[in-house]
Amino acid sequence: MLEFRKDLFADERDDNLNVIGKGEQRQDMLGHVTGRTRFFDDHGFDGLLHLKVVRSPHHHARIRSIDVSAAERAPGVKRVIRGQDVPLNKNTLLSLIGFGKDDEPTLAVDKVRYKGEPIVAVIADSEAEAMAATKLVRVSYDPLPTVFDVQEALKPGAVVVNETYPGNYFEYHDKYDHQKLRFGDVEAAFRTADHLLEERYQMSPIEHASTETNGTIAAPDTNNRYVVHSCAQGLFFSLDTTAKILKLESNRLHFIGGTVGGGFGGKVDSLTEPLAVLGAILTGRPVRYVLGREEEMQFASPRGAERHVIKDGMMRDGRIVARQITSYFDAGAYTRLSSYGVVKCVAHMPGPYTIPNVRGDAYCVFTNRVPATAMRGFGVTGLDFSIEVQMDKLAHLVGIDPMEFRILNAYRDGDMKAHRRVAHNAALIECVQVAAQKVNWPLSETARRASSLSGGGGARAAIPPTVTDESGRIGRPETRQAPPQLTPGAAAPLPAYQPPQAVPVYQPPPAHQPAAPLPNYPSQPAAAAPLPAPTPPVPTPPAAPQHGAARFSSVFTRRR
Amino acid sequence: MARMPVQFRLNGTDRAVFVESAETLLATIRRGLGDFAPKFGCGQGACGVCTVLVDGEPQLGCLTLSVTCEGRSIETVSGLADGPTLHPLQAAFMEHFAAQCGFCTPGMLMAAKALLDHNPNPTRVEVVEAIAGNICRCTGYEPIINAILAAAQQRGARRA
Amino acid sequence: MARHHGRGMASINYPIGMNLGGDPSQALVHANPDGKFTVALSAIDLGQGMKQVSRQIAAETLGVPIEDVYVDTADSDTGPHDMGSFASRGTHRVGNAVIVAAREARGVLLEAAAEELEVNADDLVTDGKGNIHVRGAASKSITVKAASQAAQFKQGKTISGRGIFLIPLSNVNPETGEMSPVTAYAHACLVVDLEVCDETGDVKVNKLTSAYELGRALNPKMVEQQLVGGAWMGMSHALYETPEPYYPNPEHGGRDYNEYLMPGPGDIAPHDIAVLERPAPDGPFGAKGPGEMCANPVLPAVANAIFNAIGVRIDTLPITPEKILRALKAQGGARPQVRRA
Repeated sequence: MLEFRKDLFADERDDNLNVIGKGEQRQDMLGHVTGRTRFFDDHGFDGLLHLKVVRSPHHHARIRSIDVSAAERAPGVKRVIRGQDVPLNKNTLLSLIGFGKDDEPTLAVDKVRYKGEPIVAVIADSEAEAMAATKLVRVSYDPLPTVFDVQEALKPGAVVVNETYPGNYFEYHDKYDHQKLRFGDVEAAFRTADHLLEERYQMSPIEHASTETNGTIAAPDTNNRYVVHSCAQGLFFSLDTTAKILKLESNRLHFIGGTVGGGFGGKVDSLTEPLAVLGAILTGRPVRYVLGREEEMQFASPRGAERHVIKDGMMRDGRIVARQITSYFDAGAYTRLSSYGVVKCVAHMPGPYTIPNVRGDAYCVFTNRVPATAMRGFGVTGLDFSIEVQMDKLAHLVGIDPMEFRILNAYRDGDMKAHRRVAHNAALIECVQVAAQKVNWPLSETARRASSLSGGGGARAAIPPTVTDESGRIGRPETRQAPPQLTPGAAAPLPAYQPPQAVPVYQPPPAHQPAAPLPNYPSQPAAAAPLPAPTPPVPTPPAAPQHGAARFSSVFTRRR
Repeated sequence: MARMPVQFRLNGTDRAVFVESAETLLATIRRGLGDFAPKFGCGQGACGVCTVLVDGEPQLGCLTLSVTCEGRSIETVSGLADGPTLHPLQAAFMEHFAAQCGFCTPGMLMAAKALLDHNPNPTRVEVVEAIAGNICRCTGYEPIINAILAAAQQRGARRA
Repeated sequence: MARHHGRGMASINYPIGMNLGGDPSQALVHANPDGKFTVALSAIDLGQGMKQVSRQIAAETLGVPIEDVYVDTADSDTGPHDMGSFASRGTHRVGNAVIVAAREARGVLLEAAAEELEVNADDLVTDGKGNIHVRGAASKSITVKAASQAAQFKQGKTISGRGIFLIPLSNVNPETGEMSPVTAYAHACLVVDLEVCDETGDVKVNKLTSAYELGRALNPKMVEQQLVGGAWMGMSHALYETPEPYYPNPEHGGRDYNEYLMPGPGDIAPHDIAVLERPAPDGPFGAKGPGEMCANPVLPAVANAIFNAIGVRIDTLPITPEKILRALKAQGGARPQVRRA
């Protein structure tokens, strides 16, 4: 059952709209109920080949040797791809926005860092033949010690998971082994608090578990390009990742998608596009690479586990005066998106509450498990679970009703947030009031009268003198307990709140001009000259070897 | 690999196709015959997105060998509408917004059709049991259950 | 053996859009000779309804009936760049880009109509039914179709528009964490009523009640889809799901749907929802995206309800029957808290 509380914030809205606010039928609904909606796999191709990968059975191991000879001879096999066939066999997804170092191979060459890491790709006439051939690839391993716990991984001397980040942590600002949040002086506030509560929360990984698994069909197209039917959640994100890994110009790739059988964050990582396109390049045929359910469930990126330690200082009247949060994101063996999730988590601290002293430290930690990725609520879900259970415990501790406790501490318009931006457009209080009303949960007069629009700002808008530190320097774990220094609070008042960028208003276009006259071409010589020979393509200079990658000469042979 | 001929009716039309001995009905319908409506979700019979009707009974296409379908009548969602007229289940799914990504919908509709063909007036519990083998990750099931009950009611009203 | 009832709540907010910004979306809008519009995007519909949301925003901005607008997405050859569907950015970023593009196209359309009617474009309005007329004088009108044809075949105008929406990338201070994460937040408060069996540890959620504030509900039916489906996923996350049941020990994880548990249609609970709308100053018609925050409050509300029911705190997810039974054993039995239901 769904009802609208149009009465709330009515003066901030103009509800006089035409189709906005109406329950119009979805453009895609008819396609869904007739089965006509096309997903990436719903495209027929003549001569379609199927790609399956060989995956590491070890959590952590050196690869001593790879023998693909038996697989190459297996029935139906058209091509076997190894790490050295991948033009750029080391990437990180967020390099596209300049964040992080390339750390992950498409196909492992000398080391595997998680159970399930792909090592060899086999392309065959049928999925069954490809899978059978993967079992004929002989890989010999030297298993290595493993680390699975985030705090163990951070200890000096821990097993190194990912050599790009030898401390097992993502490196922030080229300076720190974590991301900081500092607002006020939590230690001083803890000393004055009536109650202290420190608790630890743990969220296990979970799976996106969409009914459609990750997959791609890539095929040579008519115009020396490749058409790629993709389940990607970011079309250009995956296109550009593929172009980077395969060292192709981006416009050689024609990505088609936009209709996905459930994503929830599990189809951002471009798990299958690069190998499918590489397979199409190397075989000259359409190639389909789709994860089976067991592959998807065990080896495709999950939502990463998170550990949050929250220490609060609270007065006996229920006001939280200090909150300290230490968070550990388990990124698994490679960075992918966890580095970004950590910053989003820090931005979310301390939750939708105005707390005058906040300290946050969040780590992106590498362990020997499947690399994690985003999932619905990325960076926030685990922290919200921790914060809201903590709020319930605090309320219980001080004998205040949980709903009242939320309203008491809720942020309001004009309050300064811990990341030093002024709150506006708040509505937490109203949501609590409405929910309480719906379940006949009695609220006090004070709680019923509270409003996001009043009681905020003023002293609550100040940036307090803040204790900062340079603890946790990259490569120097001994600095994790570095001495703090107090920086003065903002003496000058903050500049007035700037509304976010407004949607631009239509500007009438300039009056239409006729096209400029074409230049006169020089006249042709009387005798017909022979056509010049086509310029041969310029070979790329040899790339510096990475993971034993050799020059990718076979592509240029094909292009001629 | 030796291939053998199989003939069956697919959505009312006689089809003949050569299949491998281990080929699933799902693969034959999709890649062999070009009806992409039934989906691949797990290949293990746990998710139900491959549900089709074989002689009126709901079966999992991913666990059905095509060679066992000789002479049978196969129905997928592609044949559910009567020409341009939607089946009451399809109309009800639309009205109740019972699909988001749409991936589970073809299988879900066939499971629902099998239910209503055998039990035109099911209780809510019977609807739940009928779709208990069809995973939906998007809707939370509530609108799907409501749609099926509404379709049953609507058909009953039409007959009255 | 007893079943204990419990009620718990949680309140949250949720940031709308990619953290720190820097995530542009573009849109192209153009009309065919008959005045039917296509919105070209690269945005991805995961089922959340990106296509329909864009369609309604375009139709509203253009001032034409919704049947006269279709969204075409996603093809990298024809759709302009979009960052992707994640971080609840679609409605906010793509929606705004569509507004910019649709406004430009509408501007040309009104100019074309103004030229045909020999009036000022500023005096014209659309009726949302396919007509353009002088404000206050409905008889002085022209159809969108006729205006489009005149524009394209007589006047030499293209009825099209371009849009991009970008919140500039924010820095992050290394020492203080000062940053501009997003420009809009959605809010929610959710109450869970459940019962716990102290012999099996089984938890049965009986009812969800919630209030969600999401700026503006662009399409109430689709908002309901997100809130109901998302809350189901939250319940699943709280009580059922894990590929590593003994995390950080990676052993004994589920390998497929048989072993990875999620609630089925027989396990769902009714969900009574109230929607609040406090428009985001920079949201399309004030909209914020509900796609992610709909799952979040369920997790802690379930944990808090379990505490209310039996007096044990389970601080690790998922809250399985095994964890409940171990906690009950350690506690020496159930200790129901103050009844709230």
